[in-house]
Amino acid sequence: MLTQTSAPDEDLMSLYQEIILDHGKNPRNRGIVEDHTCISEGRNPLCGDRVTVTASIDDSNIRDVRFDGKGCAISIASASMMTESLVGLNRDQATQIFESVKSICTEDTANSQRDSQISEKLNQRLEKLMALSGVRKFPVRVKCATLPWYAFMSCLEGKSTATTEIASWPRP
Amino acid sequence: MNAIAEKSQLPALRSFDVSSVRSDFPILSRSVHDKPLVYLDSAASAQKPQPVIQAIKHQYEHEYANVHRGAYWLSETLTDKYEAARKAVRDFINARSDREIIFTKGATEAINLVAHSFGKNLGPNGEIVITELEHHSNIVPWQMLRTQTGVKLKVVPVTPEGDVTLEAIKAAVTTNTKLVAVAHVSNALGTILPIKEIAEVAHTAGARILIDGCQGIVHETVDVQDLDCDFYAFSGHKLYGPNGIGVLFGKESLLHDMPPYQGGGEMISSVSFDHTEWADLPAKFEAGTPPIVPAVGLGAAIKYISSFDRTGVARHEHDLMVYAMECLEAINSVRLVGTSKNKAAVIAFVVDGAHPHDVATILDRSGVCVRAGHHCAQPLMDSMGYPATLRASIGMYNTREEINALVGALEKAREILC
Ligand SMILES: Cc1ncc(COP(=O)(O)O)c(C=O)c1O
Repeated sequence: MLTQTSAPDEDLMSLYQEIILDHGKNPRNRGIVEDHTCISEGRNPLCGDRVTVTASIDDSNIRDVRFDGKGCAISIASASMMTESLVGLNRDQATQIFESVKSICTEDTANSQRDSQISEKLNQRLEKLMALSGVRKFPVRVKCATLPWYAFMSCLEGKSTATTEIASWPRP
Repeated sequence: MNAIAEKSQLPALRSFDVSSVRSDFPILSRSVHDKPLVYLDSAASAQKPQPVIQAIKHQYEHEYANVHRGAYWLSETLTDKYEAARKAVRDFINARSDREIIFTKGATEAINLVAHSFGKNLGPNGEIVITELEHHSNIVPWQMLRTQTGVKLKVVPVTPEGDVTLEAIKAAVTTNTKLVAVAHVSNALGTILPIKEIAEVAHTAGARILIDGCQGIVHETVDVQDLDCDFYAFSGHKLYGPNGIGVLFGKESLLHDMPPYQGGGEMISSVSFDHTEWADLPAKFEAGTPPIVPAVGLGAAIKYISSFDRTGVARHEHDLMVYAMECLEAINSVRLVGTSKNKAAVIAFVVDGAHPHDVATILDRSGVCVRAGHHCAQPLMDSMGYPATLRASIGMYNTREEINALVGALEKAREILC
C-alpha cells in the first residue's frame, strides 16, 4: 500500500495553483528573441515535449529570454515564469536560480537553503518560482518543470540541445 | 487419436463472466492513492492472472534449472515445460510446426531479428513498405537496415479516421517490394488492419509480409496459416503473460534459409575455431540461455486465455469500447482520435484546452491509469496533428463501472484545468 502523507486533492491543488494555470494558459514571452545570441532546444524524449529557448546575452548580462514550443501546463508555466525571472541577471546569478529551481522542484528543504545562501534580489525572484514546488509530490512531472530550465542552461553554455534524460537518468 | 476424440477430451470452455475474471487478477483488488485501481493501460502491458503468477512461482520454487543442458531430471523437466510452452504458442496461432516458433525477449527483438537475418539481402534496390501508424519498434529497425544496406523505406499514409486502406497499400507495393511490415492492430488508435488482404497484395507482388501482432493477438484470433503471413511477432506481457518473453513466428522455409541473429550457446550443432555449424530450428535463433521461466509463464497465459470462449471475451471488450467511446464523446471538449469502423479495444482522445499529461496526472489521483503521450508512434502523431493524446485501453477484466470512473475523473480534470 502506498503511504499517504496528505490528501491527494491538496497535492493536485498545489500542483495546479492559480499562477501555474495562468502561466500555462497565457504564457509570457512566447516566441523567439530576434537578435538572440544563443538558442537551444530542450527535449523530453519520454513524452515528446519540446521547448526552444532563445536569449540575448551581452557582457554576461541576460537582456531577453523567450521560449517556444508545446507542452503540458507545467512545462509551459515553468518556461513562462523562467523567462520573466531571468532578465537582468548575470550568468552566475542565472546559474544560481537554475540550481535553486532544481531544488524547489525536488527537495522539501529548498526553502531554507535558498534563504541562507542567496541574495535578496534573487530571493524575490525565487519567491514566485516557489509555485513550481507542487511537482515534488509528482516525481514523473518533475522533468516537465525542469525541461525549459535545462534548455536555458544549454543556451547559456552555448550548446544547442538539452534532454531531460541526460539530466536525470540514471537517477542519483 | 483422431482429432474429434482429442477435442472431446478438452475441458469445457469457461463462459465469460467479468467478475469471475477479475477475481483471477490479484492486482485488481488493490487501491492507488486510496482509490480503487482502474487499470486502463493494458495496451502498454496487461495485468497477470493467478495461474501465470503461480506458474512462475512454481518454476522457481520447485522446478528450476537451465534448459537443454543438464543431464539430470530437473533440467529435463524444465526443458519439457519450455518446449510445451512453444507447443502452446504454436497451437494458439496455428503454426505448422514447433520449428516455426522462436522465443525472443519481446516483439521488439523479434522484429529486429527479422531485420537482421532476413533484411540483410533486400537492398539496395529492394523496398520495405510500412505504414504511418507503426510503433517505433516496427520503424526503427528498418531505418537502421536502410542505413546499413541502402534498402528503401516506403510509408503508407493513414486516413484521417486512422485507417490503412488496401488501396493505399496497393499504391505503395511494387515489384521491387521485398517486405511489407505492418501492425495487426494499431497501439495508438486501435485500428484493425486488413492483414489477410495486405498479405495477399504483398504475395502477389512477390514480397513477404511481417505482422507486428503485439496488439492484434490480444483481441483477435490469429491463424497464421489462414493469414498466410510470413512472420508474426508479439510480446507475452500484453497477452497477460510475463514480461521478458516474446515470439517470432516465421515460415519454416524462410527461417531455414536465414542466418542466425546472435551467436552463442545453444544455437550451434558443432563449434571448432575453424568452423561452426548452426543448430536446427528453432535453436538456431535462440542463442544463449533463453527466457525460460517467462516462456513457461506465457504458456500458462495462453492456457488461461484459451480456457474461455474467446468470442465472449471479444464481445465484452468490444461492447465496453463502444460504451466508452459513447461516454467520452458525450463529454464537451473531448475529441476521439482514431475512429475507424474496425477498431479493437484502444481509445485515444484529447481534451480541448488541457494537455494529456496534465489530465493523466489528475486521473492517476483518482486511481485511473491511462497512458498519455505519443505512444511510441511519433510519426503517426505528427501526421495526425496531435503532439500527444490520452489512451484508454481495455483488457478482458475491465468493467462499465471503470469506464464511469474514467468519465468522472475526466470531469474533475476539466474542472481543475479548463
Ligand atoms: C504495436 C506494437 N508493436 C511493438 C511493440 C513493442 O513491444 P515490446 O516493447 O514488448 O517489444 C508494442 C508495445 O508497446 C506495440 O504496441
